[in-house]
Amino acid sequence: MSGHDHGDDGVSRRKVLECMTWAGTGVLWTITGGVPRSLGIIDSAQAATAAASGMTFLQISDSHVGFDKPANPNALGTLEEAVNKINAMPAKPSFMIHTGDITHLSKAAEFDNAERIISQSKLDVHYVPGEHDFLDEDVKFYRERYGRGTRGAGWYSFDAGGVHFIGLVNVVDLKAGGLGNLGAEQLAWLEDDLRGKSKSTPIVLFAHIPLWTVYPEWGWGTEDGGRALEYVKGFGSVTVLNGHIHQVMQKVEGNVTFHTARSTAFPQPAPGTAPSPGPMKVEDARLRAMLGVASVNFKQNEQRLAIIDTPLQG
Amino acid sequence: MKILNRRDFGVAVAAAILLPATTARADDMDVHIDNFVFQPAELTVKVGTTVTWTNRDDIPHTVVSAGKFRSKTLDTDDKFSFTFTNAGDYKYFCSLHPHMTGMIKVE
Repeated sequence: MSGHDHGDDGVSRRKVLECMTWAGTGVLWTITGGVPRSLGIIDSAQAATAAASGMTFLQISDSHVGFDKPANPNALGTLEEAVNKINAMPAKPSFMIHTGDITHLSKAAEFDNAERIISQSKLDVHYVPGEHDFLDEDVKFYRERYGRGTRGAGWYSFDAGGVHFIGLVNVVDLKAGGLGNLGAEQLAWLEDDLRGKSKSTPIVLFAHIPLWTVYPEWGWGTEDGGRALEYVKGFGSVTVLNGHIHQVMQKVEGNVTFHTARSTAFPQPAPGTAPSPGPMKVEDARLRAMLGVASVNFKQNEQRLAIIDTPLQG
Repeated sequence: MKILNRRDFGVAVAAAILLPATTARADDMDVHIDNFVFQPAELTVKVGTTVTWTNRDDIPHTVVSAGKFRSKTLDTDDKFSFTFTNAGDYKYFCSLHPHMTGMIKVE
């Protein structure tokens, strides 16, 4: 298969960032030859067309259910708004992935509340844990609810619509002074999981902390993420989805496209623009423009993924 | 001079440096977590000192020194105390945000 269109990758990073700033309700992204290309501000008709042309799935992240500080005193409420957005989409996505920090403090009630709201989307949800979901003493709430059929701390893979999806866990066994961590056992499993896969199989890796180094000063990266990326290097189309940093950020390296999602709970500052990461208080009127969800469209046989970021409010 | 305001770790640090080695009892010390940083990041105390960490961030943190002590998850304004009964360098970090590191030197 040579579905990659390497001649059509003339969009600069600057242009991509410009596109983000004029996002209305969201921007429709097509990934061509590994380079994201904006198709313009999404409207209902466009979303419907995109959805009709192939398999779509949705990413949701960093719900932080239980968070009640001034940056957003009602994280459950904005999660519900996100789910309402999802339910209002013109075409139902095939499924959803949640890239972690479902809860703020790993409390049973927080998991219950998150489940109650997210299940209203009536979509299958594939989870990976964030560090906030592993705070209970025995780390049992996340595992009992979402860990069935997973390996180790909760990693797994599945196939959908011709795409191979791999959920990774990089929030356990973190070392002093280090970043996120996958660990030897998980990396060995990943290598094994990919063995024998056709290089034309589109791969989607998802984890909570970015697998690429976004900003090590704030711990925004994964110590051994490079090892995981080595294993997917030969594949024609690789998309890496993360949460954790609560803002949209994209990077393209060869055939690998990295994309981080917004939070549904609160924004965080851009790297280096504040003394530290953490909840960023913005004017109430701006909050919903900085929260949201992403949907990803996979066109059969084209090896292209379109990523649509939809803030809760334009 | 011996009655230190526990909340004012700055004074405590100064006192620890200025007080002669013959001080009758070790004074308790505080470390605050602000903006994902342990403050002070390094603290020198005497054997018998109790150090109390307070998380003043909106994000939970932990205080972990491998094999020595481990706090529960500290939510906003939660505290964790540990009494140092042996001399030595105690390196510690936040197990949720491992780029956050600190050290207690006990002499």
